[in-house]
Amino acid sequence: MEKRPRSFYVLATFFTLFMLFLYGPTITIAILSFQGPSGGLTFPMRGTSLNWFRELFLQQAVGDIWGSFRRSLVLGLMVMVTTVVISVMAGLAFRRHFPGSTVLFYLVIGSLVIPSILVSMGIGLLFDRTGLGNHWSTSAFGAHLTWTLPFGILIMFAVFNRFNPAYEEAARDQGASTWQVFAHVVLPLIAPALVGVALFGFTLSYDEIARTILASGSRNTLPLEIWGMTTNVTSPVLYALGTLTTIFSLSLVGLVILSVTIMQRRRARNGSDAGSGIV
Amino acid sequence: MRRANLNSWLLAAPLTGVLVMFLILPILLIVAVSFWTADAFTFRPDFQFDNYRYLFGSAVAWKVFGLTFMMAGIVWAVTLVIGFTIAFFLAFHVRTQKWQMALFLLTTIPFWTSNIIRMISWIPLLGKNGLVNQTLMGAGIIDEPLQWLLYSSFSVCLAFVHLYTLFMVVPIFNTMMRIDKSLIEAARDGGASGFQILTNVIIPLSKPGIMIGSIFVIALVMSDFVTTRFMSGSQLANVGRLISNDIGLLQYPSAAATAVVLLISVLLTIGAMLRLVDIRKEL
Repeated sequence: MEKRPRSFYVLATFFTLFMLFLYGPTITIAILSFQGPSGGLTFPMRGTSLNWFRELFLQQAVGDIWGSFRRSLVLGLMVMVTTVVISVMAGLAFRRHFPGSTVLFYLVIGSLVIPSILVSMGIGLLFDRTGLGNHWSTSAFGAHLTWTLPFGILIMFAVFNRFNPAYEEAARDQGASTWQVFAHVVLPLIAPALVGVALFGFTLSYDEIARTILASGSRNTLPLEIWGMTTNVTSPVLYALGTLTTIFSLSLVGLVILSVTIMQRRRARNGSDAGSGIV
Repeated sequence: MRRANLNSWLLAAPLTGVLVMFLILPILLIVAVSFWTADAFTFRPDFQFDNYRYLFGSAVAWKVFGLTFMMAGIVWAVTLVIGFTIAFFLAFHVRTQKWQMALFLLTTIPFWTSNIIRMISWIPLLGKNGLVNQTLMGAGIIDEPLQWLLYSSFSVCLAFVHLYTLFMVVPIFNTMMRIDKSLIEAARDGGASGFQILTNVIIPLSKPGIMIGSIFVIALVMSDFVTTRFMSGSQLANVGRLISNDIGLLQYPSAAATAVVLLISVLLTIGAMLRLVDIRKEL
C-alpha cells in the first residue's frame, strides 16, 4: 500500500480531537450521573451511587418526568408515521413536474429555514384565537411536522434521484397495476431509506423544543420538562435524566443501523438470480 | 396529461395541507398581529405601524440584530472550517469504504441525541468549578477560575459549533464523495501539489455542499433562542430572545413585528444563498 502522506496524520489528529469535543461532554455527564448522594454538579466524584437515577423514579422529587416522557413517546410515534406517509406520497408526486411543484418545493425549504419561534408563536396564536386550544397532540404535532417533513422530503428526493425506473417498467410490462408496482417494486426498494425517514421523524420530534414551546398547551413534552428543570434543578438528577434519554436515543439509532444492515444483507443474499438459470 | 397532474396533486395534497395549516396560516397571523395594538394586559386587532416604528427606533433592537448577525457569521466561519476539514479527511484520507462509513456514522450519531442535554453537558466542564478551570488551576496556569467559560458569548458560540458543525460535515462530505477521483489524479499528473489540488479542484467542486451546509447553519443560528438563553445564563440577547421576552410579557404585537423583521432578514439571506446552488440537483 502507498505510504500515507503527512497530511493524513495531521488530519487524523484533528479528527480525533473533534471526536473528543463531540463526545467528551456527554461522557462527562454520563460519569457524573453516578455521583454519590452528597456529590454535586462538577467533579470530584464523592463516591459512586445510583442515587440520582433512583430519584428520577420518585414522582414528587422532579416533577412530571414520566408523564412528559409518555407524551413525547406518543407524539414522536405520531409524527414518525405521519412523516413517513406524507414524505413518500410527496416524494412520488415530485418525481414528475406538475403545476405548482416549484412553489411547493420552496415552501418545503421555507419550512426548514423559517425561524422556529415564528412557527411556535404563530401556531400558538392560531390555536388560541380560533378557540381550538393548544395541545401537544394537535398544535405541537403540527409544529413538529413543519420541522420533520422537510427532512423526510429531502431524503425522498435523494432516493428518487437515484431510482432506476426500469424495475417499474418491467413490472408494468408484466401487467402489474399501479398499486402493485408501488407495493411490490417501489416500496421494497425504498424501504431502507424509509427507516431513515422514520428515525428523523421520531428523533426530531422527540428532542424538539423551539417549535413546541409556545404550541404545546399546558402539558409539557420531555424536552420542555428538561428545559424547565434547567432553571430550578441543581443536582446530578439532571445528568441522570440526560444519560437515560441519551441511551434511549442511541438504542434507537442502533436499532435502525441494525435493521438497515439486515435488509441490505437479505437483499444481497436473495437479490438477483438473473442469468443463473442459463449458466 | 391532465390526469397525471391530478394524480400528482392528490399525492402532494397532504404535504400542502400541513404546510398551509401549520406554516402559512400561522405566519400570516403573525404578520397581521404585527399591526395590532397592545395594552398593558391584552392586545386587539388594529392596523397601525407603531410596533415597527418602535422597533426601528430602538437602539437596543438595532444592537441585538447586529449581534445576531455577528454570531451567525462567527459560527458560520468556525463550523465551515471544522466541517470542511472533517469531511475532507473522511472523503480523501480514509482509504476503505468501511472505515469511511464507520467514521462518518461516528460523526453523525450525536445529532440523534437531545440538544438540550448536550448543552447541559458543558456545565461540568466549563463551570466555575468545572474540569477546565480545575485543570488550568492545578497546572498553575491561572490563579482563579475563568469566569467567561460558561454563561458567556464564548459558551454560546461553543455550543453552536458543538451542535451544528454536523450540518456542514454531512452535505460537504456528500459532494466530496461524488468528485471523480480521476480529476484529482489528473491534477497530480499535471504536477499540482496537494495544496493546489485542494484549492483548485476540491474546494470549487465542493461548493454545493458548502452552500447547503451554510444555509442550515446560518438559518439555525439566526433564529435560535434556546441555545442563547441557556448557554448565556440569560445574559446575552439575540433576536429570538427579544421575541420570546416580549411574548413572556404578553406583548404579542411587538413580538410579531420583531418576528416579521427577523423572518425577512433570514429569507433574504437564505434566498441570496439559494441562488448559488440548486438544492434539488445536489441531493
